[in-house]
Amino acid sequence: MSETKKQEQTTTHKIGIYLWIWGLLFVLSFFSYMVDWYQFQGLLRWSLILLFMFLKAGLIMAFFMHLFWERYALVNVLLWPMTAIGCFIFLMVAEFEYTVFTRLFYFVVGG
Amino acid sequence: MSDPKIEGYEFKPGFKGMAQDTGSDQTMFKGVHWGKAMMWIFLLSDTFIFSCFLISYMKGRGSTLVDWPNASQVFGLHVFGVEVPLLLIAIMTFVLITSSGTMALAVKYGYEKNRKMCGWLILATAIGGLIFVGMQAFEWSKLIHEGVRPWENPFGAKQFGSFFFMITGFHGTHVSIGVIFLFIYAYKTFKGHYDEGKRGWFTTIKGDYVEIEILGLYWHFVDLVWVFIFAFFYLW
Repeated sequence: MSETKKQEQTTTHKIGIYLWIWGLLFVLSFFSYMVDWYQFQGLLRWSLILLFMFLKAGLIMAFFMHLFWERYALVNVLLWPMTAIGCFIFLMVAEFEYTVFTRLFYFVVGG
Repeated sequence: MSDPKIEGYEFKPGFKGMAQDTGSDQTMFKGVHWGKAMMWIFLLSDTFIFSCFLISYMKGRGSTLVDWPNASQVFGLHVFGVEVPLLLIAIMTFVLITSSGTMALAVKYGYEKNRKMCGWLILATAIGGLIFVGMQAFEWSKLIHEGVRPWENPFGAKQFGSFFFMITGFHGTHVSIGVIFLFIYAYKTFKGHYDEGKRGWFTTIKGDYVEIEILGLYWHFVDLVWVFIFAFFYLW
């Protein structure tokens, strides 16, 4: 294995950006806790939970894990497989709806 | 984080760089430390494992006709005679985010060759992780005392217990392994292994601060998974 020649110093980012993201993560976590605190229900609760979740996940991946500055080849290799998870969720939602339907049907009508 | 340059190889930014990278000679991700690329591949596979857990939880919760336990009451705490919903989980979330922040700064100071600052921040991250695992142990024992088992619980649907122990247990295992490695890396940083390029215990590869970034990727991933568990298991 040959070790490639490297630059002496790898460029880093200013400390401010990390502190900003850190603060934002705190605020977003606080907001998602508030969703439970005020006991929002139904569609409002679910959409708020998902919104804060994706914002937090996006900030962590983009800035703490440096994906924002990373080469596109790596970003694409990482993010495209996620669509498979989306497909799986779609399939399993159809599956549990069918299970609930059969349970309700046979518990009410009988086998 | 920008990667070290290879002599005689000009890397183009954006989609041109992507085409150049995927179509490049011999290896993709030229100039990226192999450990970093492999850590990303590992994290991708780990993403699929946690997705399978959370999707099976969705399927189990969606298909039961019995009421699901109210997480905000189950995970509530009595503090000074007041019932605070989900308090422990909120504190755990803040602790994990704090440790993620210190880790991000450790990576930055590592690349700036600030050995002491990097070491202290890794140590702070490890202690944050330790506090998190401790609180999780407290949470587990509290629920076990209340009669929650993988096959039954007093609050509602029986599936709740098995999903709870499986998902948080697997996440807790990841945190514990991370804490062990954080302590090892803190030791190695303070000893200056990454400054001198000292070789590791099981490898002939020279130590480099890029290893801190690789460890950081793992640690941020643990935090990332917690974001999803927090949203789907505790808040939903």
